[in-house]
Amino acid sequence: MKVSSPQFKEKSVIALADPRLRQALGQSRKGFVNKRAELVGELPEFEQLRDEARDLKNHVLDNLDHYLERYEAAVTAAGGHVHWARDAEEARSIILNICQRVNAKTITKGKSMVSEEIGLNEALEAKGYTVVETDLGEYIIQLAHEPPSHIIAPAIHKTKEQVSELFETAHGGPRKSTVADLVTEARLVLRDKYFQADVGITGGNFLVAETGSSIIVTNEGNGDLTQTLAKVHIVTSGIERIVPTLEDVALFLRILARSATGQETETYTTLSTGPRRPDDVDGPEEYHVVLVDNGRSKMLGGKFQDMLRCIRCGACMNHCPVYGAIGGHAYGWVYPGPMGAVLTPLFVGLDATYDLPNACTLNGRCESVCPVRIPLPELLRELRHMQYQQGIRPPGEQRALGAWRFVAERPRLYQFANRLAARVLKGLGGRTGRIGSLPFASAWTDSRDMPAPEGKTFLELWQAKPR
Amino acid sequence: MPPSPRVGLFATCLMNLFRPNIGFATVKLLEEAGCMVEVPLAQTCCGQPGYNNGDFDAARALARQLIAVFEGFDYVVGPSGSCMATLRVDYPKLFENDADWLPRAEALAAKSWELLSFLTDVRGMSAVQADYAGTVTYHDSCSGLRSLGIQQQPRLLLASVGGLELTEMRDAEVCCGFGGTFCVKYPEISSRMADEKCANIDAAGVDTLLGGDLGCLLHMAGRLKRQGSTVKVFHTAEVLAGMATGEGIGGVPE
Repeated sequence: MKVSSPQFKEKSVIALADPRLRQALGQSRKGFVNKRAELVGELPEFEQLRDEARDLKNHVLDNLDHYLERYEAAVTAAGGHVHWARDAEEARSIILNICQRVNAKTITKGKSMVSEEIGLNEALEAKGYTVVETDLGEYIIQLAHEPPSHIIAPAIHKTKEQVSELFETAHGGPRKSTVADLVTEARLVLRDKYFQADVGITGGNFLVAETGSSIIVTNEGNGDLTQTLAKVHIVTSGIERIVPTLEDVALFLRILARSATGQETETYTTLSTGPRRPDDVDGPEEYHVVLVDNGRSKMLGGKFQDMLRCIRCGACMNHCPVYGAIGGHAYGWVYPGPMGAVLTPLFVGLDATYDLPNACTLNGRCESVCPVRIPLPELLRELRHMQYQQGIRPPGEQRALGAWRFVAERPRLYQFANRLAARVLKGLGGRTGRIGSLPFASAWTDSRDMPAPEGKTFLELWQAKPR
Repeated sequence: MPPSPRVGLFATCLMNLFRPNIGFATVKLLEEAGCMVEVPLAQTCCGQPGYNNGDFDAARALARQLIAVFEGFDYVVGPSGSCMATLRVDYPKLFENDADWLPRAEALAAKSWELLSFLTDVRGMSAVQADYAGTVTYHDSCSGLRSLGIQQQPRLLLASVGGLELTEMRDAEVCCGFGGTFCVKYPEISSRMADEKCANIDAAGVDTLLGGDLGCLLHMAGRLKRQGSTVKVFHTAEVLAGMATGEGIGGVPE
């Protein structure tokens, strides 16, 4: 997928001016936040589960080679195939080869952020395949020719009215106005596609090393139809999504749904283990797993290994006030919000992504809800440090930081500068006690008044105070 | 603990420049809590702007300077969750690979406190002698709340202020959009976040906004005043010390 992160500022300003985006984001995000808070409040052991989940993920990441090999052996024993993809290019060509070999025409897809990451739809469509997204949100943005703006609610940026318009155009039917009618219409359109599909591609929320199972968690059941009715099922997943045993999956299921959508459990939790067995009534004839590295193994053993614990619940973006203001598209790639602001620079490079780690107030609300306790603000700060070291920073900012340090290292100069500033700003504030416009600080005063200082600094008043 | 500890007051940059009244309110409260307060004049900034902008060397240089100035005190106290979280939480991280400075950073971190948590958690204060005739709402500044766990302490002390009525606003714990240099690097996003905050302050129907970090207060006051709001803005310490007089941060209404 094309990276438009360098246009972050322009895109965020456009997003801020879009009243429909504001309406769409306001409604659904508040729902996620409130429902999560309610359910977490009902589960006294939730904080302990977060600790356990963090520790278990750390154990897996410390022993990832071992668990990946165990997983591969289990998948093979169940009659499936594991394919290793070093990067997006390899992942695409593995999947294209499978589709070509089985003479596929129609391909259905369950929701998969990895398939977005590797640009799969574009690659499949370029080869002439008909690709149908079956998750309602993904289906909506496929019709709109847009990338997802949220990792679990890809069409969160669309209002109901916008979806009505899209469906009316795409399906040619009478315009529906209720959510229930819109969902029914999409279900009817999609139903036939499952049966026509030669290949069904899904993501994998968890890969179980013990059994070789892939697990998807959905609310619509579309993933089940996608993977059960097609002749070939392909799972795309990152190499970090391994858990050791089924027992361990239970732990993650308890925190995932609560963190993501504020549900005790999602409607469907579906395990796939290999292709159809002789006595199975249904299931695919072939079962493939494409394990994608694409930059993940480079994060192992370093400062960013913590990020590989991510279970893609979206709680960080649901609680991020910056995401809440601008939505997901401004981030410019596949993963938005706090987790995307960490992953995108690591995956596509620091150069094109200057704004992502910086457009954050380090308020820490994301970390406070992360089910696997990823220290997102610290990782964002670490990326800023890497940018600083590599000189990736507007020159004005670099100079301003240098000047600040020079002054702050010299207490007498620092106090003098403060005394001067206090007087000048006090004078500019005049009678009102605030400054409406400051040419050199217009970034502040364009949208906010600047409260004026009292006139003398605390340190000079303290020195002058009789004691 | 000595009965009357020597407390070094960390005069945070914004307080020193914009609102010395908060500093004097801090001194008054610390003295009421039985502390001997000193203000070392060789202090400057804690280094947080460097740390948060990726210039870790600058942050370390200023941290070493601050540690040397303050390490002789029993405690270091400042009226800011953000600055004090830098001393308390970030300094040990900055020096994690420095065998000489790590022990000094850790020792300083252990005795560095945000004002209100120091008064309640260390000095056991549960009430103040002050009056404030007004309805107030309290904004939980992010660093104080999430890095230092400051949530109940200001509410406990505010409950003892005569005449003061606290109404919680919606989303009190959501960032106001200040974020240090964030507010000037991304002014449009920052202002939208402030708008959400201002709407919640407005909906609370109060006449005064309180908070424990001057950066956030300057930001919210700046946006409130630009919108023509008559809500007064004070630092919590000013109210607790009985020094919340005048028009507050951001001046008189138009």
